[in-house]
Amino acid sequence: MTTVRTDSALPVPAPDVNPDTAEFWAATQEGRLLVTRCSQCGEAVWYPRPICPFCHSTDTVLEQASGRGTVYTFSIVRRAPGEWGQATPYVLAYVELEEGPRVMTNIVDCSVEDVYIGAPVEVVFFDTGEGAALPRFRLVDA
Amino acid sequence: MSISGQAFLAGAFEHPGRELPDESLAQIHATVCLGALADAGLTMDDVDGFFCGNDAAGAGWISMADYLGLRNLRYMDSTESGGASPIYHVSHAASAIVAGKCSVALVSLAGKPRTGTNSGPGPLKVPEDGFEGRMYGVAGATSTYALAARRHMHEYGTTSEQLAEIKVAATIHASHNPNAFLRKVMTVEEVVGSPLIADPLHRADCCVVTDGGGAVVVVSADVAASLARDSVKIMGAGEAGKIVNGGKTDLTYSGAVWSAPRAFEEAGVTPADVDYVSIYDSFTITVLMMLEDLGFCAKGEGGRFVQDGALVAPHGRLPFNTDGGGLANNHPGHRGGVTKLIEAVRQLRDEANEGVQVPDCQIALVHGNGGDLGTRMRSATMILGREDS
Repeated sequence: MTTVRTDSALPVPAPDVNPDTAEFWAATQEGRLLVTRCSQCGEAVWYPRPICPFCHSTDTVLEQASGRGTVYTFSIVRRAPGEWGQATPYVLAYVELEEGPRVMTNIVDCSVEDVYIGAPVEVVFFDTGEGAALPRFRLVDA
Repeated sequence: MSISGQAFLAGAFEHPGRELPDESLAQIHATVCLGALADAGLTMDDVDGFFCGNDAAGAGWISMADYLGLRNLRYMDSTESGGASPIYHVSHAASAIVAGKCSVALVSLAGKPRTGTNSGPGPLKVPEDGFEGRMYGVAGATSTYALAARRHMHEYGTTSEQLAEIKVAATIHASHNPNAFLRKVMTVEEVVGSPLIADPLHRADCCVVTDGGGAVVVVSADVAASLARDSVKIMGAGEAGKIVNGGKTDLTYSGAVWSAPRAFEEAGVTPADVDYVSIYDSFTITVLMMLEDLGFCAKGEGGRFVQDGALVAPHGRLPFNTDGGGLANNHPGHRGGVTKLIEAVRQLRDEANEGVQVPDCQIALVHGNGGDLGTRMRSATMILGREDS
């Protein structure tokens, strides 16, 4: 569990919250990262939804993830439109959560040159100001 | 039931323009539709099937049918599959022709990203919103294709210089095309020396931004036999979708691993039989991964495959995108599917530009990737042959 920060160097757009994802986004405001778990086949599912895309059971629950993972791949974005153009360079990445799913995110709180595939990371939340906090990740010691 | 040998591409037309500030989007569609029909020796009144994607002006096919005056339609399809849409449309038209639902199908694509805006619907509310894309600064497709490129480099040792070879080949081809957007041949050094947009992709790894469009006409065997022009035989088609799959994301392959074998099986040929390929080239990495997934080399060998001019017409091992492709010629409406079909038709009719015509070109492969190499995508593969093949 981490605190929700308001000091983001990157834009913090608000997500489109719907009945599938309301519980997920509510938890982010408490600094908790949830992952859908299928009660039937046991798979972890990303992004949250009430149907398991693997066995198609609708018996799924949101459970708390560790918030730790490793960088699967990344790009240093150097040109971007709109408000993101003011934030370049920044790191777009997929992080592989300890629970298995690979999630799109940003790697923050570091020099963009320090990111590498396989780097251990942990989640950090940034408040959107609209009832949700965005999960991003920062580098941690192996 | 197979479509193989049952339907033919009888007409193809690419708008010669790349900047069209004074033409409406619907007008560009009309220009390319008339051009493709004239190429086939047919008229609007012969058309009984019409296919377009979300790039068409208005609401699906009906607004364009109204604008064009298509009054004899009996089969219509607005399948939206991103830049691959026209390849899906030709496949679906062939199926409809085999089923007797139509005999002359018109497929159209156009766009004005350079001097205007594409009409069509705005961004849809997608279920994955909040977990991808705008939340994390996805800047166009370059940044997500860069994620795939980085992982490919990590797993297989692919280099920026190898990716650059693909752009170099495209610009060599474009230098023979008087309508191409980029006509100057680039070197590997120039490609890797161009500014990084999203590491590891440089500006020159990206396709061009152009206005324009293209259309093709798909006809039955009976209609093809009645026309003076040589047609191109549709030998096989395969479609597939690659989903993100609940977070089991693997960016090292595309949906072509499924669509290509389906197309080859229907056509009764193998990658070794292919003389020319049109591969959707949104970025250099797209081509490199497709060469692997389509079966022209083993997974991870794409970087080595493209070295030494393998893709350069007319004498490379596998000439590709001889019009210059999206990387150097044309990418109308940010969509490459129709120009891939058109250049394959030119090659199979011996009508490619001087200097890039593949000698004795008998079999061509067309592949489109619609969507995103970094998330989910639609893949369509088509095998084409000469009318008498």
